[in-house]
Amino acid sequence: MERPFAITLDVGSSRANHTGSWRVERPVYVDRLPPCNDACPAGENIQRWLYHAESGDYENAWHTLVEENPLPAIMGRVCFHPCETACNRAQVDEAVGINAVERFLGDTALAHGWSLPAPGPATGRKVLVVGAGPAGLSAAYHLRRRGHAVRLVDSAPRLGGMLRYGIPAYRLPRDVLDAEIARIVNMGVEVGLNETVTDIAAAREAAGADAVFLAVGAQLGKRVSIPAGDSAKVIDAVSFLHQVADDDPPLLGRRVVVYGGGDTALDAARTAKRLGATDAVIVYRRNREKMPAHAEEVEQALGEGVTVRWLSTIERFEGERLVIEKMALNAEGFPEATGEFEELDADALVLALGQDTDLSLLAGSEVAVADGVVQVVDSMMTDVPGIFAGGDAAPSNRTATVAVGHGKRAARGIDAYLAGRVDERPARHALAEAGRLNTWYYADAPRTERPELERIRRQTNFEEVIGGLTEDNALFEARRCLSCGNCFECDNCFGVCPDNAVMKLGPGERYAFNYDFCKGCGICVAECPCGAIEMVPERI
Amino acid sequence: MTEPTATRVHFYQVGSFAVGNRLLSADDRTVQSNPARTNSIDSGHRACQGCGEALGARYALDAAMRATNDRLVAVNATGCLEVFSTPYPETSWRIPWLHSLFGNAPAVATGVAAAMRVKGRDDVRVVGQAGDGGTVDIGFGTLSGMFERNDDVLFICYDNEGYMNTGVQRSAATPPAARTATTDVVGPEPGNVFGQGKDLPRIAMAHDIPYVATATVADLHDLERKVERAMEVRGARYLHVLVPCPLGWGSASSDTVRLARLATESGLFPVFEAEDGVVTGARRIRRRVGVEEYLRPQRRFAHLFNGAGRPDVVARLQAMADANIERYGLAPDEEE
Repeated sequence: MERPFAITLDVGSSRANHTGSWRVERPVYVDRLPPCNDACPAGENIQRWLYHAESGDYENAWHTLVEENPLPAIMGRVCFHPCETACNRAQVDEAVGINAVERFLGDTALAHGWSLPAPGPATGRKVLVVGAGPAGLSAAYHLRRRGHAVRLVDSAPRLGGMLRYGIPAYRLPRDVLDAEIARIVNMGVEVGLNETVTDIAAAREAAGADAVFLAVGAQLGKRVSIPAGDSAKVIDAVSFLHQVADDDPPLLGRRVVVYGGGDTALDAARTAKRLGATDAVIVYRRNREKMPAHAEEVEQALGEGVTVRWLSTIERFEGERLVIEKMALNAEGFPEATGEFEELDADALVLALGQDTDLSLLAGSEVAVADGVVQVVDSMMTDVPGIFAGGDAAPSNRTATVAVGHGKRAARGIDAYLAGRVDERPARHALAEAGRLNTWYYADAPRTERPELERIRRQTNFEEVIGGLTEDNALFEARRCLSCGNCFECDNCFGVCPDNAVMKLGPGERYAFNYDFCKGCGICVAECPCGAIEMVPERI
Repeated sequence: MTEPTATRVHFYQVGSFAVGNRLLSADDRTVQSNPARTNSIDSGHRACQGCGEALGARYALDAAMRATNDRLVAVNATGCLEVFSTPYPETSWRIPWLHSLFGNAPAVATGVAAAMRVKGRDDVRVVGQAGDGGTVDIGFGTLSGMFERNDDVLFICYDNEGYMNTGVQRSAATPPAARTATTDVVGPEPGNVFGQGKDLPRIAMAHDIPYVATATVADLHDLERKVERAMEVRGARYLHVLVPCPLGWGSASSDTVRLARLATESGLFPVFEAEDGVVTGARRIRRRVGVEEYLRPQRRFAHLFNGAGRPDVVARLQAMADANIERYGLAPDEEE
């Protein structure tokens, strides 16, 4: 080839120079477990369904959601959202309103009539599910998806368990409850109502079931002995709420006292208020900080005019007069009696002091019981092969979401048991900690709060208190997700590499490093907003 | 009072700050987010790990290529950018590119622009580029002439605050108190002296040229918008880009973008633009930091923090930052 004067070499590209050989560390893409997913008792892939919701693809978002939890419209109302407590965004401004978006997706699905995935091909195996609360419904759904026949029985005349008989309608409207339950039943679940199982082995035999899932809940209100006169009206909160749910509310009078400090106590007091009580007073032996009820419920109850006697215990109930004793917290934070007494006018006393589970159906079986609940291993199986247990009847912190998670785990355990496999849970990724985020890149965007029903309207009816988000709000809220620990294709690594050593693979395909040219500077790691790249030493 | 540079907030997680986002429309994405970008400077160049200049040059030239429909000639002064990109017989340049001398890049760029005019090729645009040495010191005479004649050239200075490839000597863009090979840490006022050096963006403005702007490698959207704006204008234009240098600054190679960000968020490097000699916009600080946060990760300022440190010197640097914030109206919204 002819070259110009004094030129002896052709022009070459610097691509001949593989600068990757300079590197002592290499960047690698990683996926980490987002704190919301980590905290979700139902094991939802929250970040993933938010990802779809961010682009307005609500149907895909909902389908991703119901892979794990078939009750999003219910959970979007009653879940106490540990995901939001764990959310890393709380350290930037405020946690993402995950629960509100979940409800929006659930309601949108009901409005559009989106269907749950079809049942799996029939396996010829049958499972008896005892108890149609959140744990039983969730198990039935996941078992049907695996192709097992399901017989779901409950002693109540309607499905839902504590979702129906424990949670008041102002928190969970019945049309929503009915619609989400119907969707599961329509997957081909055989339902038996008003069926009380009294002997687990006999019921298993009678149903011809290969396995049993025991999800009977905790339906017995705990009783304490409070000296009470003959005329005194005392009822436990579980029965009270159950009767209200049956449209047969007991007459409690105008001054109702509720004893206890959990969510059930608040539900009872708020329900009494709606039934016409002028005074709904909660008596609780410790202070507000120590109260086990969830803070937002306390806030709402106080807003509705429920009052609380903190640091008080009930001594005796003499007809229309309740004698309460003042307590004081000792150095360890435990309440101690002070010997000071006060009187309170009361027409009725509702006891909300916790619930026990009725396990009489286990009499004569080998199923181990300790601390009033059925003992289970990781797959939710009891000591008896083929008998599984979950929800409030198993060790748990007794929320509906935990029950949904139990149902799913039990379904997986039962599936493995029926196939003769050992149930192994997949390894979890390392947690995506807030410290790995580069929060500079996230736009400042405060949280959208759901509207609350005006207080005056809450005094007298069971209309839903918390409203839903509009589509605009839900979209905005979903887009507040930081995508902790998992690439969401922001192009930062692709842009900030001084050596053009990041290849963009197209929508949904993320990126790859060109290690021929990557010098290992680490800018991509430092500038990745969500901490999805890390440096690892080169092997020499 | 100056108007803040428009920052559109989309709430697409990171749409307004990151390089790209799947939810943004194509128009709202950066040139750099496009897999079909020019990559004006190719892989295999011999810049150090984490080089801010290699990054800044690609950002600016890829944006200029898009703005000119790929009709662009770049004229390069001597310096890191020239040395690491063209060791004979290799080149990293994927655009028409010329190198002549250290001091004459603005004059050569003027010549290229004149040649294009003679040939009637008004579609071909010219960029001159140099490091801070080639711009504020060695090429300053020819640059000032280019400005004064209002030649149709965009001149870009990649400012890494010193002569880095020759062994980190001081330039007239080296900040006070910084240690270089020629401003050692000795005597009562260690490092580079206060009160010297040139503020070239303001000198450029004093020539009343149509467009002057500053930018950094930490705000890509802002940098690309300014290149685009510059290419809409005919005549002499000047863009001054801060490009951190891990070698000369003694910083971690992974900190290049972060340091550029801290330089602007502390107020030490004001990001603004000016037309016809008048400041028309400034990029407001978003999360204000003290200068110490910017200075500490850099070994060239280590003597300010070793032992008892030199809080008095840090305070003087802070005063400079505060003066910039005052002069250009950089204070964050909530401090107004």
